[in-house]
Amino acid sequence: MRRLIPGWIQWPQLDVPLLLGLLLLMAFGLVVLYSASGENLDVVYRQGIRLGVGLLVMLALSQVPPHILRIWTPWLYAVGVVLLLATWFAGVGRGAERWLDLGLFRFQPSEIMKLAVPMMLAWYLHPRRLPPEPVVLVVSCVILVVPAVLIARQPDLGTALLVAISGGFALFLSGLQWRVILGMAGIAVAAAPALWMVMHEYQRNRVRTFLDPESDPLGSGWNIIQSKIAVGSGGLTGKGWLHGTQSRLEFIPERHTDFILAVLSEELGLIGVILLFSVYLFIVGRGLYVASLARTTYARLLAGSLSLTFFVYVLVNAGMVSGLLPVVGVPLPLISYGGTSIVTLLAGFGILMSIYGHRNFIR
Amino acid sequence: MKPAEQNMAPVSRLYAFLLMFLLCSVALVARAVNLQIVDTEFLQDQGEARYLREVVVPTRRGNILDRNGEPLAVSTPVDSVWVNPKMLLQAPEDILPLADVLGVDADEIERRLTQRSTREFVWLRRRLHPDVAAQVESLRLQGVFLQKEYRRFYPAGEVTSHVIGFTNIDDIGQEGLELAYNDWLQGKPGLKRIIRDRLGRTVEHVEMVRESEPGHDLSLTIDRRLQYLAYRELKRTVLKHGARSGSVVLLDVKTGEVLAMVNQPSYNPNHANIDSEGLRNRAITDVFEPGSVMKPFAVASALETGRWTPTTPIDTTPGRINISGHTISDHHNYGPIDVTRLITKSSNVAATKIALDLEPGHMWDTYDRFGFGDVTGTGFPGESAGVLRNHRRWRRVEQATLSYGYGISVTVLQLAEAFAALADEGRLRRPSLVMGAANPPASILDSRIALQVAAMLETVTGPEGTGKKARIDNYRVSGKTGTSRKASASGYASRYIASFAGFAPSSDPQIVGVVVINDPSGEEYYGGLVAAPLFSEVMGGALRLLNVPPDNYEGMTVKAGQPLPGGGR
Repeated sequence: MRRLIPGWIQWPQLDVPLLLGLLLLMAFGLVVLYSASGENLDVVYRQGIRLGVGLLVMLALSQVPPHILRIWTPWLYAVGVVLLLATWFAGVGRGAERWLDLGLFRFQPSEIMKLAVPMMLAWYLHPRRLPPEPVVLVVSCVILVVPAVLIARQPDLGTALLVAISGGFALFLSGLQWRVILGMAGIAVAAAPALWMVMHEYQRNRVRTFLDPESDPLGSGWNIIQSKIAVGSGGLTGKGWLHGTQSRLEFIPERHTDFILAVLSEELGLIGVILLFSVYLFIVGRGLYVASLARTTYARLLAGSLSLTFFVYVLVNAGMVSGLLPVVGVPLPLISYGGTSIVTLLAGFGILMSIYGHRNFIR
Repeated sequence: MKPAEQNMAPVSRLYAFLLMFLLCSVALVARAVNLQIVDTEFLQDQGEARYLREVVVPTRRGNILDRNGEPLAVSTPVDSVWVNPKMLLQAPEDILPLADVLGVDADEIERRLTQRSTREFVWLRRRLHPDVAAQVESLRLQGVFLQKEYRRFYPAGEVTSHVIGFTNIDDIGQEGLELAYNDWLQGKPGLKRIIRDRLGRTVEHVEMVRESEPGHDLSLTIDRRLQYLAYRELKRTVLKHGARSGSVVLLDVKTGEVLAMVNQPSYNPNHANIDSEGLRNRAITDVFEPGSVMKPFAVASALETGRWTPTTPIDTTPGRINISGHTISDHHNYGPIDVTRLITKSSNVAATKIALDLEPGHMWDTYDRFGFGDVTGTGFPGESAGVLRNHRRWRRVEQATLSYGYGISVTVLQLAEAFAALADEGRLRRPSLVMGAANPPASILDSRIALQVAAMLETVTGPEGTGKKARIDNYRVSGKTGTSRKASASGYASRYIASFAGFAPSSDPQIVGVVVINDPSGEEYYGGLVAAPLFSEVMGGALRLLNVPPDNYEGMTVKAGQPLPGGGR
């Protein structure tokens, strides 16, 4: 038997249930995207290319054992910080200095940080005594805050918060005492007014609009109101695929990107929403299961943090679309059209698969 | 165990977060249930309110036709362009091609839209040429829309403008019959429900809420051929004599229908700039002191008393008479004449002598029966009743001047109505402009007296009459000239109104015509010289166009066995 099944068959380290969950989610996403883009096959095709590239990156990373990743970690983090600093001087893009033009392509250094920050914290905490001592905690906070601040001043508050949250997850998963966690949460709440002070006016307006969308129903409140109407008018079973009036008639803003969940809700109804959430929950659950199988601190912290961050994307996007959270530019992961975020997310899943595949390897 | 193993991050934290996130998921699903099950009806209504729109379907205004069905006012569909300033201003670069197509200045458009940037509907240009509309359509600009409308077109232009009037940019009658019959012509716009997308583009027609009802057509009694003829001749006469204004009215004697009604100055209703001087339908809205054309009515009043007959002698020597310090004089000293020659020669002195013999109440009653001082009842906007003062307040000199048409003011249409009654053996009919109006004749004068007066009127175009120039070949014409001095603030000026009122053919009157030329500036100002020739042209043309047989038809026919006139062996 061993001869008939050559060694390289075992070589791709894949987490098949996770892969199936992801493929199901992507297929679901492409179907919804076809409708949300106004039956534009071109958009679906380009999204498919992106997903394909992401899958390739995922497969490649899944073959890299976690201990090799751990060795690369500080370098990746350093490069990310340098690139973020570079956007100070060489950023391109309209208004926000998020993009770095590398000649061949442009990308957002902040995307690297979505992976690099939890990796760096896992790397840093890996050899330490857990739960972390106060000095370690302070250093951890610095590792986390520096890139978050650099991203925030681009300005991209949403990504900055997500990066901070993913780092936070790594910290919390390391066994930080609950009182410390609660204390940090308390400090964050107390710091909120300070945050308000440094926010840009458009960011403040988003918050204001979130608190009272009816105050400007045709202006900044438009997104929230239209989105709520679309979600609500779907009802239990929805209006049917390709038959959502609010999305077809372009009343839903950003209907194939940030607000694609509104299109799904309108056309597929509550049943479609619950189905989508089930797939997401399965993927996150599988990710946390992988984390629980991990034998090293680095692997467990990284796997847990990546899974949880993934779900935070879902929660934030869903909260935004259903009017529970302010409008922040967080796409629905693997469903929303476009962005480097797809590649980043799938790279993260590649790391998860690597951790799963090499779970019996301890180095 | 290895140290790393002892020092592992606890799995319990994973479970704690898993639990937290499950709770968050439950909250989100609860939110979804809330929106999609509990509030779904409200939110569905809200959604419909955003894409379902009820829009007005414009309807065609009824045509106005002449008595033979020839179009005088028609509505044609055109496109108007409107914009949503909010949307267009988002892409200011779109303004330039739009301005190019419309032939308007781009900065001007931008300025207008910026001023109205909070509005969602601004007309940019109404009633485009079809080519321009097609170009605007092909630009496919966001926030620029075409709206179908109807544009009124008046094929006869200035010839019929006073009678028909015009509509405003919103297709509502503003003047003339367009105003008087607006409700009849207008129709009811329909209402349809459509689906519109966020950019206001119509995606789908859902249903017709209310069918549109096109307006009704309106048939006029006007004969376009006579109208053209009358207008052309009136304009020529007004130009020739340098007159300030003028009017011609033709009525069908047997029905009271207005066959033609024209005025100078006029305006072209197809163009937007209309000056107020040309706007009035003077034949109906303006009054004037008629002068000698009133004498037949004074004579009719006298004949009614039985004390006067057509041959009752009147001595006009020395051609003037003094009443209460006022001198009334004739053009010449006509000496001893009779009642018929009073009309033939238009003697003011004779008319005065008759008038002073009459009871004021009786004279007033005769004038009143002929419709003076009363609106004719056409329903035309701005119709004037004229002024006939109550006889109890008449002074002697006033009663005298009333007999030859001073101290009274009338409209051209009133004169035509009254002359039609003389022509039709004392039967008065209300004049009408619209077909189908019942005009029951009212007998207001003994037919014998009417015939006597009509016979007197024929002498006016006779060899000794003042209206020889009103004659028409092959037809006998009855009528009366009038030349009145215009009243001004400082008494009567040396400015005149020349008139001629009459009918033909005398043996069986069919058409009555009244011609009034206001303030001819040349040497000639007498009604017999200025108005009578115009009457002859218009009436003659009208009789021929309507195939009215000449009076001496019998004499004109060639009887068997007789030599052909002017030829033969």
